[in-house]
Amino acid sequence: MDLETKNRLKLDACKVRKGIIVGVYNAKSGHPGGSLSIADIMSYLYLYKMNIDPKNPKKEDRDRFVLSKGHCAPALYSAMAVRGFFDEEKLTTLRHIGSPLQGHPSMKLLDGVEASTGSLGQGISIAVGMALGAKLKGEDYKVYAVLGDGELGEGQVWEASMFASAKKLDNLILIVDNNNLQIDGTLEEVNSPYPIPEKFKSFGFDVQEIDGHNFDQIDEAVTNAINSTNGKPNVIIAKTVKGKGVSYMENQCGWHGKAPNDEEYITAMKELEEALLKAENEVK
Amino acid sequence: MAEVISKATREGYAAGLLELGKTNDKVVVLDADLAGATKTAVFQKEYSERFFDCGISEQNLMGVAAGLSLSGYIPFASSFAMFAAGRAFEQIRNSIGYPGLNVKIGATHAGISVGEDGASHQCNEDIALMRTIPGMTIINPADFIEAKAAVIAAAEHEGPVYMRFGRLAVPVIFDEDYKFEWGKAKQLKDGDDLAIIATGLMVNEALIAHENLKKKGINARVINVHTIKPLDEETILKAAKETGKVLVCEEHNIIGGLGGAVSELLSSKHPTKVVRLGVNDEFGHSGPAKDLLKQFGLSAENIEKIATEMLD
Repeated sequence: MDLETKNRLKLDACKVRKGIIVGVYNAKSGHPGGSLSIADIMSYLYLYKMNIDPKNPKKEDRDRFVLSKGHCAPALYSAMAVRGFFDEEKLTTLRHIGSPLQGHPSMKLLDGVEASTGSLGQGISIAVGMALGAKLKGEDYKVYAVLGDGELGEGQVWEASMFASAKKLDNLILIVDNNNLQIDGTLEEVNSPYPIPEKFKSFGFDVQEIDGHNFDQIDEAVTNAINSTNGKPNVIIAKTVKGKGVSYMENQCGWHGKAPNDEEYITAMKELEEALLKAENEVK
Repeated sequence: MAEVISKATREGYAAGLLELGKTNDKVVVLDADLAGATKTAVFQKEYSERFFDCGISEQNLMGVAAGLSLSGYIPFASSFAMFAAGRAFEQIRNSIGYPGLNVKIGATHAGISVGEDGASHQCNEDIALMRTIPGMTIINPADFIEAKAAVIAAAEHEGPVYMRFGRLAVPVIFDEDYKFEWGKAKQLKDGDDLAIIATGLMVNEALIAHENLKKKGINARVINVHTIKPLDEETILKAAKETGKVLVCEEHNIIGGLGGAVSELLSSKHPTKVVRLGVNDEFGHSGPAKDLLKQFGLSAENIEKIATEMLD
């Protein structure tokens, strides 16, 4: 990835992070921690890599994206807004009555959302069905799904993984947001899914491990997955920091599903604004 | 009298799928390692490229069906009622029902007529579960002909459909030229003394009971409700108004099934005495299907007995 692209993506990711905080703050509820941990990945996919068109969200050959960890909808909405699917102002309506920005993504209410998710473990199966559908139609588009690491506790994840491998769905690209925190504690404290790479390998996946905040690594892994035609589904295990970008939220379990108060909001926005100005300077 | 031909409604499911295989290239069929039993193997044999076995993983089955429907296909997701409506309830609710996807669920081996496998496999709860999902259509055909016709009609209907089929061979009561009317309850026999509202294999029992009651001078109206949701309110309200006595018959728990649906309708729009004949909120057990049906009172004799009592 060239420096110019990378700097632009860093700037975009700052905008996406701001949108997450604006949304959750205005909703007075929601999930900032896991939204911030996938902000770089979402920025990369929605603002750089995926073949999508905000003006034509249903175009046939578009890449498909499923947010299997549906509670991190603020990151999806914010990335979509920055990409131009809808006005960024709308992020303030998150979780409000009448808003298309439901607490968890609803494909019926918002063009560009490919699947209604929120109940963990279900999005991956929908993505797998889409990947099978693409193969059946002879289409070349890719199907991406972002999963939480805590979500790996759902048996359905492994049902879907077994199926994806058995049906040779190499057009499927899973990204696991490995921020190591779930609601009740660290993954090890709750019910460890580790070692994650070995589990997916034994299910027949091509596995890559990256730093989920490093655009070079994200780009390399996704590009590898796109170019892979060996019949194996792909998974990228992305090491991330829950709450990334807002100092007091980083690596804190408590920020899984809680909105900042007025004071915390001001602090978060100040930090993100500073990061954004820095990123703007780098772009220049 | 012509000899009665018996065929399971799951055979009708297969016959319908086979027809759709020929006429609609968007139709794909999924199963969860029960293709021989659900009869989807019949489709698999002819259209293997449009058949996907998910193995023993019903939750994933429903999700994959959702994903295929989002790719423009019309998936028929098949398993036993217990594992489709039961195990995968939440996947049906959230991945299919909530976004209103065009997925057809073919649930076979419903009710106690599963027989020898026993209570773990005898699903008497599926209609109740599916009724609570907004936008879900529920079809429970009475015989082979109606099952086949319903499957073909389901492919034309946009939106989620739950289709309930049985394992047991039951008498074929309709002719080959039978027309399936989506969402319409069909009055099969006239009568104004009481209305017998039946679904699934209980329709044939109701027809036998009708004849026997007639010999006693009782004229029982018989209505076949193949579409349980949305319910044909007009036909049922008319029957309640004209007969004043309603007996609902189904191979399902008396809670939440057709009896529940009819009671809910009549209690709010035309209060009428409703007797619900079904499985009395208990689990089944092993035994030959026909013996179980008799033991649980799901028979023409019991319908006749209850109807006679209702008129006393």
